[in-house]
Amino acid sequence: MGTTLITLIVILVLAVILVASIIGIYNALVRFRNQVDNAWSQIDVQLKRRHDLIPNLVETAKGYMKHERGTLEAVTNARAAAMGAKGVAGAAKAEGALGEALSKFMLVVENYPDLKANTNFLQVQEELTSTENKIAFSRQAYNDQVLFFNNKIQMFPSNIIAGMFVFTKRDFFEIEAPAEREVPKVDFSS
Amino acid sequence: MWELIRVNKRNSIILLTVMALVLLALGFVIGLGFMGPRGGFTGIIIATAVWFIMTIISFAGGDQILLRASRATPVTHDVHPQLFNIVEEMKIAASLPKMPKVYIINDPAPNAFATGRSPETASVAVTAGLLARLNRDELQGVVAHEVSHILHRDILFVTLAGVMLGTIVILSQIFLRGMFYSSMGSRRRYSSGGKGSGQAAILLIIIAIIAAVLAPIMAQLLYFALSRKREYLADAGAARLTRYPEGLASALEKIANDPSPQLASVNKVTAPMYIANPFKKKGTRKLSDLTSTHPPISERVKILRNMARGASFKDYSDAFTKVTKHSTVVPAVAFTKEDIALRQASEQAKKKQRTEKQLRQVGDIMRRVNGFAFLGCLCGLTLKIPPNYKAPSVKCPRCKRVLDIKKHSSKPSK
Repeated sequence: MGTTLITLIVILVLAVILVASIIGIYNALVRFRNQVDNAWSQIDVQLKRRHDLIPNLVETAKGYMKHERGTLEAVTNARAAAMGAKGVAGAAKAEGALGEALSKFMLVVENYPDLKANTNFLQVQEELTSTENKIAFSRQAYNDQVLFFNNKIQMFPSNIIAGMFVFTKRDFFEIEAPAEREVPKVDFSS
Repeated sequence: MWELIRVNKRNSIILLTVMALVLLALGFVIGLGFMGPRGGFTGIIIATAVWFIMTIISFAGGDQILLRASRATPVTHDVHPQLFNIVEEMKIAASLPKMPKVYIINDPAPNAFATGRSPETASVAVTAGLLARLNRDELQGVVAHEVSHILHRDILFVTLAGVMLGTIVILSQIFLRGMFYSSMGSRRRYSSGGKGSGQAAILLIIIAIIAAVLAPIMAQLLYFALSRKREYLADAGAARLTRYPEGLASALEKIANDPSPQLASVNKVTAPMYIANPFKKKGTRKLSDLTSTHPPISERVKILRNMARGASFKDYSDAFTKVTKHSTVVPAVAFTKEDIALRQASEQAKKKQRTEKQLRQVGDIMRRVNGFAFLGCLCGLTLKIPPNYKAPSVKCPRCKRVLDIKKHSSKPSK
């Protein structure tokens, strides 16, 4: 009589602990997944900010860079393409092209000391530099979160709960533009 | 990163428990010494009460007191866009839940600190001297170091441990001074009790004195040791967030070699919060001695410069072992398998700045913080109008043009 009661209590306690830990792990997984989603939306916010800044930049530079119409147009066109891009893969590709056009533009700016000294331009340039950084850092933060989330999903014991409630692995945000991956080459021959 | 935060929390709890035990033991022994064999329990109650009150005060307004005491002014994006942008970049990189408040301190000595108990209520403060001397990459490194302190919950730890340390010091001071003034009276009181208990009482008093002298020293050494470790970890975190250890390394070098006098408003308790020890010492000490809140800067720079392969915690830990020949400061759980490549220096960082220009910038930054209007005249002169100047227009002293203050005042730029 006494022993069955004790066994019953022990089983009950163990069951409670088991259920509690399953709930705990499940909630943690949901929290981590939301963090991944939030990090992803951060990238989006910064990309939009970059689009908003470019008309301002082009407007300021126009007066000084009469002979660089091509460079300016490339930036404007790349922006339009990036804003119209659909899907993650398409967006990543278009944003990569925009980044390239912008860095080309910044190289050309080096030849215009008047423009470089313009207060307004310096302001836009700082905002643009910062936005580029924010894009890079939000991508970095997203990848950190994804790494953590994927580790949790694959590791014991959380992998059991992840399997039960179908938590799937997330993809890393990789850079699409091939130029961004390469180490810049310095050419002294010309 | 998140594993590291968890380990930090656990270590903080262990350290605080040890310090709390020291505090209680001290209270017990002092109670015995002051009030005889029955006083131990009263001593514990008094010690706890003092600690409790001080903790409540520091929790209610600790960060505000610190910011006020260091004369920091809150700033918006318009006052210094670059600083504001950099803080936001680091906020994003660290995925902090909220943007920290940004403050500028009117002081030519380059330094910075972070405060606030949780990532939600954090603030970052930098001096005007720091802003004028560092380029974008270096400033980013410093801000990343401060944001790492916020992310690693170091501020909460420093506040709690600092309060505990303060309580221990105060109690032992009260006791030692009290003993000194009342030593005659108390001896007479106990000697009337009987032969055995008189001797026991004197023994108790001696133990109490030893405890009162040793406890603050022990607590301080413990506190400083952990403070130094947290500095290393914040450096590692900064390298990881920015992917560019050289930025922080050269910023630290500039801070160390700066000739300006030490920060005007610091004290010993707030010192661990700063990026570099705000107390300047004559002559450079090479060894990290036990009573310092910060590791020597030269060593920190050397470690950061030795991170050749990448910017992860593992890379920092390897560089640390290589430079100091000690085993690592980074808890092993932080070594998640991550491959973090370093990045290149930014374009702006490569330019050189002249010293006179930097010193003028310190003044300009402070004028901006204090609400001065900046008027650009067509003759090229910039007029700086104080906020208490009420007239709608002002005459340019060089070319005698009349300038409308509202129309001509330019937005600040860097």
